[in-house]
Amino acid sequence: MIVAKQKPIDEIIKMVADCGKILVLGCNECVTVCEAGGKKEVGVLASALRMYFLNQGKEVVVDEHTLERQCDHEYLEEIRDIADKYDAILSLACGVGIQFTAEKYHDRPVYPGVNTCFLGATEQRGVWAERCQACGSCILAETGGICPVSRCAKRVMNGPCGGSSNGKCEISKDVDCAWQLIVDRLKALGRLDDYEKVMPLKDWSTDRAGGPRKVTKEEVMD
Amino acid sequence: MSAKTNSRLEKILVAGHKAVTSECGPPRGSNPSHIEEKANLIRNHVDAINITDNQTSVTRMCSLAVCIRLKLMGLEPVLQMVTRDRNRIALQSDILGAASYGISNILCLSGDHQSFGDCPTGQNVHDLDSMQLLQTVRLMCDEGKFLGGGDIEHPPKMFSGAAANPFADPYKIRVPRLAKKVACGAQFIQTQCIYNVDKFIDWMGKVCDRGLHEKVFILAGVTPLKSAGMARYMKNRVPGMDVPDEVVKRMAGVSKENQPQEGIDICVETIERLKEVKGVSGFHIMAIEWEEKVPEIVERAGLYPRPQVS
Repeated sequence: MIVAKQKPIDEIIKMVADCGKILVLGCNECVTVCEAGGKKEVGVLASALRMYFLNQGKEVVVDEHTLERQCDHEYLEEIRDIADKYDAILSLACGVGIQFTAEKYHDRPVYPGVNTCFLGATEQRGVWAERCQACGSCILAETGGICPVSRCAKRVMNGPCGGSSNGKCEISKDVDCAWQLIVDRLKALGRLDDYEKVMPLKDWSTDRAGGPRKVTKEEVMD
Repeated sequence: MSAKTNSRLEKILVAGHKAVTSECGPPRGSNPSHIEEKANLIRNHVDAINITDNQTSVTRMCSLAVCIRLKLMGLEPVLQMVTRDRNRIALQSDILGAASYGISNILCLSGDHQSFGDCPTGQNVHDLDSMQLLQTVRLMCDEGKFLGGGDIEHPPKMFSGAAANPFADPYKIRVPRLAKKVACGAQFIQTQCIYNVDKFIDWMGKVCDRGLHEKVFILAGVTPLKSAGMARYMKNRVPGMDVPDEVVKRMAGVSKENQPQEGIDICVETIERLKEVKGVSGFHIMAIEWEEKVPEIVERAGLYPRPQVS
């Protein structure tokens, strides 16, 4: 999933401070799972904003709405009739949803209520961790199913570097060394000999380096 | 085997001498006089001088500029290049620039993570890793090709090196990792600072078992300790560093004013011991901001005078 984290309330207030009517818009997909922008978080944030404006002696309407998805035309149409009523839409979707909402409602200010962090998984309730950087050219077959692009701080293709210590990365004792994990997994798979295969220079043109990316599948296109 | 480049370091190693290299860190400013002084302090006692590339990710005068300066002073620089700050275009371009000044030694590194340095909010590049940089150097030198496939009009001639850290984890892949670097074109290796001599000897034995010592010149890295505090810091704070308790104890066991001398004694004893270890082709003395002590270490370790090669 796409993992996001709510922005600090002060930063959010700065964006919407001069608005009279605000729609806090949640998304029922990834941001719900990572508890950053689902219906529950929309409710909590809207209450906090109401409280703030009340304390400021300002009459501001803060409404709540959560869409099935903000990255889909169909679901975004759901607010077609109400969007114009608001001075601002505060989206708690990921950066994709925020932008798609802004594209759809061209003359409405759409503000981000979250920071979009990474593609990750739930390690345990309340802990999400990165697993993929969408480089567009997957090498997991070669690295025992563990990704050095997203999990090595230097995205070293032929690691580990000299900073690997007791299974941890040189940047922090809280970060696993991806290459320790890769070596351990190759061993478990009986493939430790593969460690000595040199990974060739990576083609980063499918990564962000190649510019904005697009995937098309002609057989399903209208 | 005969030397294929104009590198003095290569010629000395190929001739079978124990090589001695050292390193100097560039200044945090644009005045080159201090690094010239540091280089002059050691010029007669070492065969080549590594110039670090924004080490510990702290912004400094660029390695290439300092290497050119040393070359113009008649010294033998080793251009350290990290993959943290430059993509493959810039790396190839800098290699050509270095070659145009007759710089013949390059050390390919990934570099410390930028979070340790003065720009922790900066981006890192890591388009290539250190092994891929080695491959790039060999491609340019041996095949006269750019990564993009084009021909290089006047290919560079470089003696290419890499680092090895026998003390990092996981230990079981430390020899295979060296084998990979050799396969990628490493011609010389400079190791991490050695304080745990027993562990280094164990690693070196495994290196020799695979015959890697016959394919690559291995220079054992040493750093004289200045104080017991430095020993503790290296032990506890520097990732991938192995300082045994007995070394810390030995440093702490003498008075503060005698600790620098004790550190030098340990360094000399380490070199003496490693001189006898099969596969050790020389020494890389990293006297961090303590260059004035390098001549004493080299002389006491019986590595002076340095051999002359043409």
